[in-house]
Amino acid sequence: MALLTVENLTVTFPSRHGSTNAIENVTIHVEPGEILGMVGESGAGKSMTGAAIIGLLEPPGHISSGEIRLEGERIDNLPPAAMRRIRGRRIGAIFQDPLTSLNPVLTVGDQLIETIRAHLPLTKEAARERAIDWLRRVGIPAPEKRIDTYPHQYSGGMRQRVVIALALCAEPRLIIADEPTTALDVSVQAQIIALLRRLARETGAAVVLVTHDMGVIAETADRVAVMYAGRIVEVGPVAEVLTHPRHPYTAGLMASIPRIGPRPEILPQIEGAMPRPASRPAGCAFAPRCPYRIDRCIAERPALRGTGAAQVSCHLAEEIPV
Amino acid sequence: MATPTPASAPPRPAPAGLIARALSGDVAWSFRHSWSARISALVLLILFAAAILAPWLANQNPYDIGELSLFDSELPPAWAEGGDARYWLGTDTLARDVYSSILYGLRLSLIVGFASVALAAVVGISLGLLGGFVGGIVDAAIMRFADVLLSFPTILVALLVNGIMRGALPPAQHQQAAIWVLILAIGLTNWVQYARTVRSSTMVERNKEYVQAARINGVSRAGIMVSHILPNVLGPVLVIATINLGMAVLTEATLSFLGVGMPATQPSLGTLIRIGNEYLFSGIWWVVIFPSVVLVALVLAVNLLGDWLRDALNPKLR
Amino acid sequence: MTDALVQVTGLKKTFDLSRPLINRILDRSGRQVVHAVDGVDFAIPRGQTLSLVGESGCGKSTVAKLLMGLTAPSGGSIRFDGVELAGRPAGSPPETRRRMQMIFQDPYASLNPRWRVARIIGEPMKSYGTHPDPADRRREVDRLLEFVGLSAADGEKFPHEFSGGQRQRISIARAISTKPEFLVCDEPTSALDVSVQAQILNLMRELQRELGLTYLFISHDLAVVNYISDMIGVMYLGRLVELAPAEEIFARPQHPYTRLLLDTIPDIGMKNRDIDRPAGEVPNPITPPLGCHFHPRCPHADARCRSEAPQFLPQGAAQVRCHAVAEGRLSPEPLRKAG
Repeated sequence: MALLTVENLTVTFPSRHGSTNAIENVTIHVEPGEILGMVGESGAGKSMTGAAIIGLLEPPGHISSGEIRLEGERIDNLPPAAMRRIRGRRIGAIFQDPLTSLNPVLTVGDQLIETIRAHLPLTKEAARERAIDWLRRVGIPAPEKRIDTYPHQYSGGMRQRVVIALALCAEPRLIIADEPTTALDVSVQAQIIALLRRLARETGAAVVLVTHDMGVIAETADRVAVMYAGRIVEVGPVAEVLTHPRHPYTAGLMASIPRIGPRPEILPQIEGAMPRPASRPAGCAFAPRCPYRIDRCIAERPALRGTGAAQVSCHLAEEIPV
Repeated sequence: MATPTPASAPPRPAPAGLIARALSGDVAWSFRHSWSARISALVLLILFAAAILAPWLANQNPYDIGELSLFDSELPPAWAEGGDARYWLGTDTLARDVYSSILYGLRLSLIVGFASVALAAVVGISLGLLGGFVGGIVDAAIMRFADVLLSFPTILVALLVNGIMRGALPPAQHQQAAIWVLILAIGLTNWVQYARTVRSSTMVERNKEYVQAARINGVSRAGIMVSHILPNVLGPVLVIATINLGMAVLTEATLSFLGVGMPATQPSLGTLIRIGNEYLFSGIWWVVIFPSVVLVALVLAVNLLGDWLRDALNPKLR
Repeated sequence: MTDALVQVTGLKKTFDLSRPLINRILDRSGRQVVHAVDGVDFAIPRGQTLSLVGESGCGKSTVAKLLMGLTAPSGGSIRFDGVELAGRPAGSPPETRRRMQMIFQDPYASLNPRWRVARIIGEPMKSYGTHPDPADRRREVDRLLEFVGLSAADGEKFPHEFSGGQRQRISIARAISTKPEFLVCDEPTSALDVSVQAQILNLMRELQRELGLTYLFISHDLAVVNYISDMIGVMYLGRLVELAPAEEIFARPQHPYTRLLLDTIPDIGMKNRDIDRPAGEVPNPITPPLGCHFHPRCPHADARCRSEAPQFLPQGAAQVRCHAVAEGRLSPEPLRKAG
């Protein structure tokens, strides 16, 4: 049984101009120990999906249909207090900016020990041992000393390591990581990605990794869901989706990323820009930018369906050359 | 997408010009859904109209001594016992119609209020812009002076400015100059708030890339301040100006009540209240009550509208 | 390098982060000076692109600001077509500054939100007097809008009505309005989405071909840099550590820091490489390591690296600032990954 299943999730933002769906009919499932990458441009709805899963949607946004199950149990309709307990114990969260995820007036140790003791029946001393152990596991040098220092005494990369320790120390079953490396320098980014992957393997936790960076997805995730204008357009194993994209958007996106190596005369590009939620077209949201567009694409919204190992929402998935 | 923000509205929906934004509907929508804003606006509209149309609405010209008839002095309101139908709200000890006096007094109070707010805004915006953009010693000098000014109660500073100017003018001109003295005294005391607000916004704006682009293109410092930064720091000023209008009207009333404002021959609301106050214990309540009611309504409406405007223009509260 | 349009020699910029004198006396602490740019030399031949890459805090954006006169250098020389610009503020002398323009990183902050697009694009032409007549200027604005892929009608709109990519096009139209020969591009695509990034990069290369532009391109993304550059300079803590033709950097990286950067780019073609080795982080620039700034993170560091700062020496087609490379302890690394 999947650890996390999200079925037909729709998040709606009511406004006086009428309500808009930030994400629509998003269906994903994550197995234990698996890393699912969610990738897309800003505004595609990837962060919103993560926020809906951990129950941190910003009002007035709310889940208007669909359901979220963690280990078979519905968690999308829980009262706030119950959701808070789940958030600490069973779902861990890692956000983009490590500085705002840590309390600046408490030592790193205090924060770790507090989290550990809130979720596990341990004495203060045992919790401290465990906290030191976690700092060591995330690669903080001299953890016995560093445990009593404050977040501002850490560098950016070290801080993100602490955030990861904090998210993992209650041994959650699921980790939502929202752009965990975006605020970091390239050479540090690689270290954090590798750390996240190693810890997920070691603890058997499932990870939903939200990022805009295809490179991060390629190096970290097992499966990837590509989002566009609030919907999943393609989902499947990373190797399959990245090397043989079936959806014209995924294909265009992959082609447009500059790479190391022989340089093309012209970088393939997708014309135009992603529509805002209020002005999404009735049919396929990608149709206005799609080179393969047919009349059906404008009239009818394609459903996500299987073509081989991946699932694609495109009327022409079988016909378009890979 | 760092935090779960509402979908793909552009990350920073930058505001256009104030007028464009007002018409775009956010502010208009907020106005339609705020009872206090709508009632305040209605009250203000009536009061402004009354002040502007005073010569046509009034039953007599209270400044024209020839129109007054001393036989009609101290008459109670028309509906009270002994009232006269010609004087709806009664007359004062000089036989001036209270209703007409209020209309003319309101006019004076609003002129002083608007003019002193405009003066304070011009001085405050200029100094704040200069200090925030130039920085260094100029900024330090302006802001320390502002700090000193702020450490005295406004009314005290206004009294001081008022006193100095009256001392400098020959006594014969006191009556004519009274309104100018008031405007200067109130205006020069209230600029600090504008200066502080504009200065801090200026310090944020001057480091933005559009300002760097202007520098690269050889635009002069004065040009950058006036045409680039100024339009981007005016938003909060509107809110301060609105709330300050209420403050200015009150300060004028206070100064006039203390006898250092408008003279009795040219009464503002504050002067009317002072005159009325002197006769309150002889049972002539109407001379003090009616101007007071108008003053309270005016200031309350201005403040409520200012509060609403502050919330409506603050994107975080929307 | 006689045909260099831009020649930078010994460029330095220090920022004084000291607290006020009275606090320093009370705490008995000294001055705190950051060498943001610490002796940078490069030349850009006409019509070519030099990219500066490095992690945040390496001084690459400061170099851009120094060239444009947005901040005054503490030492060194900046020559544009033979004219010395060090010490001259932005916009001065106008006849030279008109020929150099800049594109900024943040498409939301680089356009005045209260101005209409036509006025934004027209400002340099008005200020430098290239199109003094308003009607003439407006015609030129319309032409520029269409040239960068927008429509003339967009001139009447405000910046907030455009997406990030469209705003960057407006920024580019403004930059080319005075017919410059040299563009400084400070991370022009790092705030954009990938699918839009390709549009802007293609537009920039098209402009270079059609207008014969020379670029200084600042970026942290080596893959983007690969697409756009002729020469690449790698910066670390205020110093250039390697400067070489683009294909050379990718094929035979020499400086250990260049190799580290190339190793750590997340690559679409590579699945689950093991890069969990502790490669460290950039140290605090206020107290940079003695000798070679990179030695605490360098696997090849020896006693000399810890005490003596290396010189910027020619090594084949490249210039490298590394003792190990100069001594021949470290041979150029062959190309390990392609495409």
